[in-house]
Amino acid sequence: MSKVLMKGNEAIAQAAIAAGCDAFFGYPITPQNEICEYMSKYLAKSGGAFVQAESELAAINMVYGAAGAGARTMTSSSSPGIALKQEGISYCAGAELPCVIVAISRGGPGLGGILPAQGDYNQATRGGGNGDYKVVVLAPNGVQEATEMVRDAFLLSEKYRNPVMVMADGVIGQMMEPVEINTDPLPKFEKPWAATGESQSRGTRNVINSLFLNPVDLENHNIALRKKYDTIEENEVQVDLYMMEDADIALVAYGTPSRIVKSAIEEMRSQGIKVGLIRPKTLYPFPFKQINEAADKVKFMLTAELSMGQMVHDVRLAVNGKVPVYFYGRAGGMIFEPKEISDAVKSHLGGE
Amino acid sequence: MAVVFQKTKGLTDTPFTYCPGCTHGIIHRLVAECLEELEILDRTIAIASVGCSVMSYEFFNCDAIQAAHGRAPAVATGVKRVHPDKIVFTYQGDGDLASIGTGEIVQAAHRGDNITVIFVNNAIYGMTGGQMAPTTLPGQITTTSPYGRDVSKQGEPIRMAELMAQIPGAAYIERVMTADPVSVRKAKRAIKKAFEIQKNGGGFSMIEILSSCNIGWGLSPVDSLKYIKEEMASYFPLGVFKDKGASQ
Repeated sequence: MSKVLMKGNEAIAQAAIAAGCDAFFGYPITPQNEICEYMSKYLAKSGGAFVQAESELAAINMVYGAAGAGARTMTSSSSPGIALKQEGISYCAGAELPCVIVAISRGGPGLGGILPAQGDYNQATRGGGNGDYKVVVLAPNGVQEATEMVRDAFLLSEKYRNPVMVMADGVIGQMMEPVEINTDPLPKFEKPWAATGESQSRGTRNVINSLFLNPVDLENHNIALRKKYDTIEENEVQVDLYMMEDADIALVAYGTPSRIVKSAIEEMRSQGIKVGLIRPKTLYPFPFKQINEAADKVKFMLTAELSMGQMVHDVRLAVNGKVPVYFYGRAGGMIFEPKEISDAVKSHLGGE
Repeated sequence: MAVVFQKTKGLTDTPFTYCPGCTHGIIHRLVAECLEELEILDRTIAIASVGCSVMSYEFFNCDAIQAAHGRAPAVATGVKRVHPDKIVFTYQGDGDLASIGTGEIVQAAHRGDNITVIFVNNAIYGMTGGQMAPTTLPGQITTTSPYGRDVSKQGEPIRMAELMAQIPGAAYIERVMTADPVSVRKAKRAIKKAFEIQKNGGGFSMIEILSSCNIGWGLSPVDSLKYIKEEMASYFPLGVFKDKGASQ
């Protein structure tokens, strides 16, 4: 199959259908509308269920129901809508339900704006919902990778019985790029725990639940979840290192900004400044180890985000004081140019 | 020896968590008997809600999903859309359905989702200790209406059956009560009809059941049943409010 030119949101939706998504529940919000629209047009044709829910709350709770009943299911939204879904995401995490949440991020807080931003890093990686839980967060840097990550997201969610978020900034949702979507059938994990109705013939009742009134039971549940997250942190970190072999300075960026940073790196390299890029592809689990090791080889790091500084705190935790970690960010839908990144790097070179 | 009565297979052996005198237990039995008699236990998924009946997933002898407060109809939609041949019902109280979950219940009916809703109206938040509910009667004393519900500030109680009957997608809406043996038998007939409608693909049904909360109301169990009959049923009239099958 050859590449086709597709808008990010539509490619994400097509990739989800190709990955065997059984059911999609969504609610309109810019800049992710094309996902809902594509699903409404094509999901039923491939035998799946599409419902335009009355709200993001209802949509994530439909996902909770469908996932609890054993379906491969997904919802999508953008920043304020993802905020509304947090209660349901917490329930999915608590009841250990596999599901995929696609977040096409825009500016905030509040209603914010509709242009691309990365101000939801904390919301995604810390969890806006209540309780001790983690959501796996994948952050693509373009349309092709977004389609691959949607596929990965279904696999990871079923492998670990955990919600997985694909968080892409609005640029990725809205821009068109050449893409080749993997149409190989995605293996389905057995779900002997699912509430499918056949309690009598199965001989046991399957119950989907996040309520544990006995504190001993709830603590044991929290401990079991923590062990699962430890396994995820051990095995599922994905990070891209670019020109880091000989780098004196490491830039850290994810999503669309990582590509702008690459242009800045090429420009600086031509001027003899040895800069490299660390690009987390998983925001949770975060590449703490890889960034900590990189800190041994560079003079400083600079994190570039479309926010006023969120991931930079994780980078500082990773670096653990070994070298300075600076920050450069734009927000509100404003996107930096490569020169702004180069200038930021150069401003920190001066003092040496 | 001939067996003249035995507990329905629709209930597990787990002891109920309901207060003595509360009619949730009766309603559970009615629902469970209907599931058994209609031979749908092995294809039913119950959706439990938040409130006194939060543990209902432990009591109904079928698969179950516990839902967030008010969201049970949305969860039911999610289940039904991926298992259209299964029987899906929600079991919700008045705080859950008529307050925090009004959006979900109205929209599930609007979509005409082929599910059954068991709505237990006892005019109070029992689980949290007896606060005012959207269905609390005018003048009724609760822990958050200590001087009695003042309708000038707190509004009139919501009549959900009447409201839901206005929705084109709703196929069957009836209000019953559990106040004496006769009304209990009538309640069972209503519940059974609702499940039969779903079984036949008839669409959305809701049975509102006026129920007691003797602890929250501060009455004896016997006086509570009287309160259902005399006070609640006069504000919330019993009857069939919508029957699409009959009008066709």
